[in-house]
Amino acid sequence: MRVAICEYGAGNIRSVQIAFKRLGAELVDSVYDADLAVLPGVGSARSAMDGLHTRGHDIALRARFVANRPILGICLGLQLALEETEEDGGVTGLGLLPGRAVRLQEGRVPRMGWADVDGRGVFYFAHSYAAETPCATAWSEGVVAEARFGSFFGCQFHPEKSGELGAHYLEEALASLSLV
Amino acid sequence: MAGGRVVKGIRFQGLRDVGDPVELGAAYSDAGADELVFLDVKATLEGRATLVVLVTHVAERLAIPFTVGGGVRSAEDGEELLAAGADKVAVNSAALERPELVTELASRLGSQAVVVAIDAEGGQVRSRAGTTETGRGAVEWAREAEARGAGEILLTSIDADGTRAGYDLELTSAVAEAVNVPVIASGGAGNAQHVADALGVAQAALLASILHEDPERLASLRDELRALGVLAR
Repeated sequence: MRVAICEYGAGNIRSVQIAFKRLGAELVDSVYDADLAVLPGVGSARSAMDGLHTRGHDIALRARFVANRPILGICLGLQLALEETEEDGGVTGLGLLPGRAVRLQEGRVPRMGWADVDGRGVFYFAHSYAAETPCATAWSEGVVAEARFGSFFGCQFHPEKSGELGAHYLEEALASLSLV
Repeated sequence: MAGGRVVKGIRFQGLRDVGDPVELGAAYSDAGADELVFLDVKATLEGRATLVVLVTHVAERLAIPFTVGGGVRSAEDGEELLAAGADKVAVNSAALERPELVTELASRLGSQAVVVAIDAEGGQVRSRAGTTETGRGAVEWAREAEARGAGEILLTSIDADGTRAGYDLELTSAVAEAVNVPVIASGGAGNAQHVADALGVAQAALLASILHEDPERLASLRDELRALGVLAR
């Protein structure tokens, strides 16, 4: 499986790279041609969108989506796939997934730490915004934890940081996208 | 860490070598640690940056969140650590000298990647590995750090550090009540009850001495904490 991890000049893509290498993926550069494109998530929305645009990844990701080719968004990567996010005074997203990202209102923000996802296990979260979308497929403490639409698949938690369960989750996600 | 090795002292004094950071990091990750924190405690005193290569090697062995600190003086230092495989960057002395650094890191890396580490003695913040008074109160500095964009506060009680007599709950709850970002209690863990008590006032509890002495203790501690009903996983 050839995986392209979208680099956008901010945040830690290395842990995502390490996680996919452990799953036996070959890491490639071309976001459009890869079997799977991964939109990782750390940093802030505006600088991430600017970084995607500068590198042409926004166009490649939209083209992939139209061609029904799989895309996985993690954390901010899920939020960037939405139509817009409240972060940084309002940023237009990639529009792959209906809905918007809004600032968390309850509890301590950022929401950091391990939390249950629909009884499927405990995963690691680190976020200040969360998706509001009709396409949610899993929840954690009232927050959208996973969403799917077309060939886009996103999770708010970090499977690459969620130990063995996270690795298992990634494997299952790849299987559901018919990639393994 | 100091000199590329894992070290631990008591009340920041008498640092003893307790092992290899890559091996210990991997052992803790495998044994069920929820997160790993690496603090290069001599970096500022020795006027150098964190050991990036070491961070690279540790990151390769982990599948859990990884916080790295020590000697971070600029947003570029932070970016370099994230590129090496850290998920979060901890700042301490440099942020006390120039609080704008917290904002610079937060705008570049996102708040969720910025941990402000606070070392306090008698409720007062000390910098440079506890060697220097700052004239700031821990509660006041935590509030300012949050306002400047910190995503987490790592609060170490110098009084409790290495004593294994329990966390400084008074200090920890005062800081946790003053801010709305998560607080990690640090210093003083001796047993599972101490950790459970800390988790009653803080959002996370850091362990060092008792694990370094016996890395396998982590698994039994997790069982004891599960029995006390305070573990998420």
